Amino acid sequence: MLAAIFCLLILGLTLGWLLGLASKLLAVEGNPLEEEIEALLPGSQCGQCGYPGCSPAAAAVANGEAAVTLCPPGGKALAKDLAAIMGVSVDTSGMQDKAPTTAYIVEGMCIGCTKCFKRCPTDAIMGGPKQIHAVFADACTGCEQCAEVCPTECIEMRPIRPTVQTWYWPNPAAQAA
Amino acid sequence: MKLFRIQGGVHPDDRKALAAGEAIRDIPLPPFLHVPLQQHIGAAARPVVKKGQKVRKGQLIADADGPISAPVHAPTSGTVVGKKKHPAHHPSGLPVLSILIEPDGEDRWIDLEPCADPFALPPAEVAKRVAGAGIVGMGGATFPSAVKLNLRDRFELDTLVINAAECEPYLTCDDRLMREQAAAVLDGVRIMAHALGVKKIIIGIENNKPDAQRAMLQAAAEFEEVFVVGLPTRYPMGSEKHLVQVLTGKETPARSLTAELGVVVHNVATAFAVHEALRHGKPLVSRVVTLSGEAMARPGNYRVTLGTPVSFLLEQAGGFKMNPARLISGGPMMGQPLPEPRAPVIKGSNGILALSAAEAADHPEQPCIRCASCVSACPCGLLPLEMAAHTRAGDLEGAAKAGLKDCIACGSCAYVCPAHIPLVQYFNYAKGELTTREKTKLRQMETKRLAEARAARMEKQKAAKKAAMAARKKAQAEKKKREAEAKAAEPDNAQAEAEA
Repeated sequence: MLAAIFCLLILGLTLGWLLGLASKLLAVEGNPLEEEIEALLPGSQCGQCGYPGCSPAAAAVANGEAAVTLCPPGGKALAKDLAAIMGVSVDTSGMQDKAPTTAYIVEGMCIGCTKCFKRCPTDAIMGGPKQIHAVFADACTGCEQCAEVCPTECIEMRPIRPTVQTWYWPNPAAQAA
Repeated sequence: MKLFRIQGGVHPDDRKALAAGEAIRDIPLPPFLHVPLQQHIGAAARPVVKKGQKVRKGQLIADADGPISAPVHAPTSGTVVGKKKHPAHHPSGLPVLSILIEPDGEDRWIDLEPCADPFALPPAEVAKRVAGAGIVGMGGATFPSAVKLNLRDRFELDTLVINAAECEPYLTCDDRLMREQAAAVLDGVRIMAHALGVKKIIIGIENNKPDAQRAMLQAAAEFEEVFVVGLPTRYPMGSEKHLVQVLTGKETPARSLTAELGVVVHNVATAFAVHEALRHGKPLVSRVVTLSGEAMARPGNYRVTLGTPVSFLLEQAGGFKMNPARLISGGPMMGQPLPEPRAPVIKGSNGILALSAAEAADHPEQPCIRCASCVSACPCGLLPLEMAAHTRAGDLEGAAKAGLKDCIACGSCAYVCPAHIPLVQYFNYAKGELTTREKTKLRQMETKRLAEARAARMEKQKAAKKAAMAARKKAQAEKKKREAEAKAAEPDNAQAEAEA
């Protein structure tokens, strides 16, 4: 009886000590899931999800506070990737992939207030005070932040049209359905 | 010469008799030419002419932009009306930038610089002239030919293979070119071999073109390094890698060049263009196009000025006999529908087919019964049914794993499929979608880089501001201190003065 209690006590103490040691030595800083999710997010800190940037958004998804469908620029593809990481099932059928857009400045109405390019998270707008501003379409992520701050509402979000270079055959399965 | 076997392939009815008997005829100039800036694989050419400028035939109107690009020349003399968007010669029919030229009807060449002996030129100079003439692969792939001629710097080459298989049904433009211009074609071939620095030349012609074979044999009789080889008639004999395998027995590794085996393949129409460019100094401004199909009133082969709208070409060739069920650019196996007949003839257009309903044979898609006919037909040894099943289920990575990237989209699988599944369209969709996803990923990485660069800059600005503020504060404090010291010293001075 005593021997058994003694054995279990020793075993418990040793294992407990090992676990304690391991938690100190092998400690992981931060949540690895969070980093993984942040790597998937667009990283433009556009704030369309309601969080101040991609890293807080990633934290929210990792904690389960936010849905995997939170990122409008990421669209369906991102929602599916996030769902796979989080191990949840996601219904993207209701989610509409917003057609990708880029900002376009109607030059006749631009007063050169510099507000938009100060706001742009990817430096996609060029201009100076009292100079007409212009958008680098290649760098624009379509986050619409510039359109929000423009005092003359001269920024339009224009859909990106397919070109001969980007066009490809539609899915025959989708066509038949 | 010993030939080797390839796996798979199909034997479609070649239907060449429709147009093969017709000699190449010229098509008059249309009222307007639409010359697209991009008629090749690679970067679009950069326009170098202004609105209203008079140009002569063969004058450079858009220059190559980058190493993989090709210049574009005025196809005739006339006036540049402007740079306009015009429907592309492409299944999407989307508009592309084209230079609009109004011909003056004189068709006056620029001052040509013919070369009496191209074989005296160094190989690099030949390649340079080929590039300058805007020559691209005219079998339909439209890869800039000069880039392929310059492969000698990177690989040990020993053989030039001329692809004259013309394995696509209906098309006869290469056949006619060889029959009518055998000597010129052979000259171009030999110039290309000189540029590549290879000793051996093989011209592969399918056995359904005996006249072309005879003509080329005759022309090549005096050159012992040139072998004219009859190929078994089997689609896709004209696929670069398969042609090389039949001729040399060597299989090109997946996703690499035939140059790794020491072989470079060029099309026979490209050889003719090289002859024109080197011997006569004429850039590529026209090509032979086959018009065929049961709905075509007068099937035949026509020499067409580049930029001529397809609708004008069809009109000049007598139009349609009946309403075509389908209008196709290229052959029936790999060709693409042409939704916009206003699209111009470009460097890579080898044929326009107007198919009757019987020829188009449109059948509704039925479920796959896994009969594996497509597997035995695939010349690349792939599993089309698996690739299609993955694609249909939305698992594109699975399709890629099953070999999607090695698919040459030859259409053999769809040709034999008893369920009429549009297999190639599945693969084309999957390839396009995968490329788009890759591009999106790259774009996201770029966005991230830009966002980080901006964050870093903001941080730096903030730090600089803080430092400036601190410096100003420090300066103010020092100034105050000095003033205080000065004040403290003043009474002393006053005292000292008083004492004095």
